[in-house]
Amino acid sequence: MKTAVEAKTMTLVQAITDALDIMLNEKEEVLLLGEDIGKNGGVFRATDGLQAKYGEGRVIDTPLSEAGFVGAGIGMAVNGFLPVIEIQFLGFIYPAYEQIMTHASRIRMRTMGHFTVPMVIRAPYGAGVRAPEIHCDSTEAIFTHMPGIKVVCPSSPYDAKGLLIAAIEDPDPVLFLEPMRCYRSAKEEVPEGKYSIEIGKGNKLMEGDDVTVITWGAMVPEAMKAAELMKEKNTHCDVIDLRTLFPLDKDMIAESVQKTGRTVIVHEAHATGGVGNDVLAIINDTSFLYQKAPVERVTGFDAPVPYFGFEDHYLPTPARIQHAIEKVMKF
Amino acid sequence: MENHFPIRRIMDENGNIINSDYEEKITEKLVKEFYRNMVRIRIFDRKAISLQRQGRIGTYAPYEGQEASQVGTAAALRENDWMFPTYRDHGAAMTFGHSLRNILLFWNGRNEGCVPPDGKKIFPPAIPIATQIPHAAGAAFAERKKGTANAAIAYFGDGATSEGDFHEGLNFASVFKAPVVFFNQNNQYAISVPFNKQMNSKTIAQKALAYDIPGVRIDGNDVFMVYFETLNALERARKGEGPTLIEAVTWRYGAHTTADDPSKYRDQSESSNRRQETDPILRLERWMKNMGRFDEKWVQTIEKKAADEIDKAIAEMEDFPPADPAVIFDHVFAEPTWQIKQQKEEYLKLIGGGQ
Repeated sequence: MKTAVEAKTMTLVQAITDALDIMLNEKEEVLLLGEDIGKNGGVFRATDGLQAKYGEGRVIDTPLSEAGFVGAGIGMAVNGFLPVIEIQFLGFIYPAYEQIMTHASRIRMRTMGHFTVPMVIRAPYGAGVRAPEIHCDSTEAIFTHMPGIKVVCPSSPYDAKGLLIAAIEDPDPVLFLEPMRCYRSAKEEVPEGKYSIEIGKGNKLMEGDDVTVITWGAMVPEAMKAAELMKEKNTHCDVIDLRTLFPLDKDMIAESVQKTGRTVIVHEAHATGGVGNDVLAIINDTSFLYQKAPVERVTGFDAPVPYFGFEDHYLPTPARIQHAIEKVMKF
Repeated sequence: MENHFPIRRIMDENGNIINSDYEEKITEKLVKEFYRNMVRIRIFDRKAISLQRQGRIGTYAPYEGQEASQVGTAAALRENDWMFPTYRDHGAAMTFGHSLRNILLFWNGRNEGCVPPDGKKIFPPAIPIATQIPHAAGAAFAERKKGTANAAIAYFGDGATSEGDFHEGLNFASVFKAPVVFFNQNNQYAISVPFNKQMNSKTIAQKALAYDIPGVRIDGNDVFMVYFETLNALERARKGEGPTLIEAVTWRYGAHTTADDPSKYRDQSESSNRRQETDPILRLERWMKNMGRFDEKWVQTIEKKAADEIDKAIAEMEDFPPADPAVIFDHVFAEPTWQIKQQKEEYLKLIGGGQ
């Protein structure tokens, strides 16, 4: 799929812009809402140039009020529009938490499908970019816990574009997490024009028979580094990028862990209540008897994401991941 | 501030018209519509409380005393407008065309109760406080973007104006000139907390100043004032002039819900006095009597008709098919996820309804 004739080298953030551009162009109902997304093009420039191209009526700078514009987005979504809302940082989403949890997630259920909320909330997340406190949170699990919302988290430019298009076309609310660390750290060939990637499907990035490494978002490059280093020690990893955190790709997880019998889950979010625990539950439900070692988790600590002077200690590193891989191998 | 936002009224407690500007607009048809609807929703409210006491529905939120506010606003809406009610505004919802059976089903714990009749843009009642205000702003903004003349109305109580969503919704709507009416029923208490402990502001209408939108304070028990002020606000909205905040000063006689005991925090003699003095239905009745338009026979007819209609809705609610557990699973997402499919299948199998 990646060898499409027309392709362009893009960063992840450019791929996001490209997806928004395509969808704004294709559907009049698509609207962007958020703080500083117009003239300024968003603090990460994800919406750069889109207001100039589509006008202030389509790319809308809103007042600084997360509950206000997420709530208004719900009203617009039930009234025929497809709002794509930018939250500047995931850590700033909490004022809108009530709107997401008590309304966006349950209007379909409450009205038996009479009113629905086809809305996307984009939120950059994660540590490792030397941002101030609160800007670095990775609290996806508080959203995967709530039925009625899908949670998507790409790690590459190709995936970001395809998944964002799928999220905009999804009839349900989608929280779309963008790993800040990956915004400009890598480039790849991305097909021009429209394509989508199915929400709920993971991506196998490396094949190996010894250990399954399951991760997503900004931890994908770290896990890949660790897996490459483990090759030198003759340990071969299946590396899975989950891409969607709700619903998880149960089949891909089960197929891989049944093959290897050993698993390491890597995420930068706090361990307790993290999405990794849901991966563990899937392994328990589908593959208990195949396990040769207890599953290891390499995660952020159960402490608030620290000030950036300490974040290198907080974030999982290839060394920590390697250590966990060795542990499951030696068990 | 109270001087800047005096309580406006058309009709006094004795049913005398004190503002002649509206005299000609008060038609026989309008009066009958107001009276009939207020009586209808009052009978419903009393019946619903009785059903709750008998265990035939769950906890219920009564509105008796607020009929003029609910009927007057709903009567001012047009067919294609949006209504965003709270859990206390089913009187407004049924006046705007919601099905009585479904409203009862809602209070009986059924999802079916949140489904409005086809073509009726009535949102499910907001259970959290003030969160429906941004929804109304958004739905109205969407109408403006579509270029229609449709508008939205959001209902909320006095306590809601302390919430962030109230301010965020008003700010959003005023920035984008969304065609929305923010209709506050100031019934003086947010459960047990009285108005003067809820806010230091002397009025709610004054809060509109912060958003540079019109703020008006009206007698919420004067159905004429409620109707004409809502109509004015809707006209402004339809012309692209943006939102309005209306504070309708009213009083609820009964409890916050059937699970609440207002005698713990409120002098109930105030409620009895108000029944004699400011009651919205009594006031319209006095006006009708003053004008020689009160027809005892017609009143009996409409009371009977409303009671029959409500009895029929209760029968429909009670005859409604038992809750199908599949409903729990079927409307979470457009397409159920594997978790939901698996849980549904396992549960239905367990209870012997397997598919």
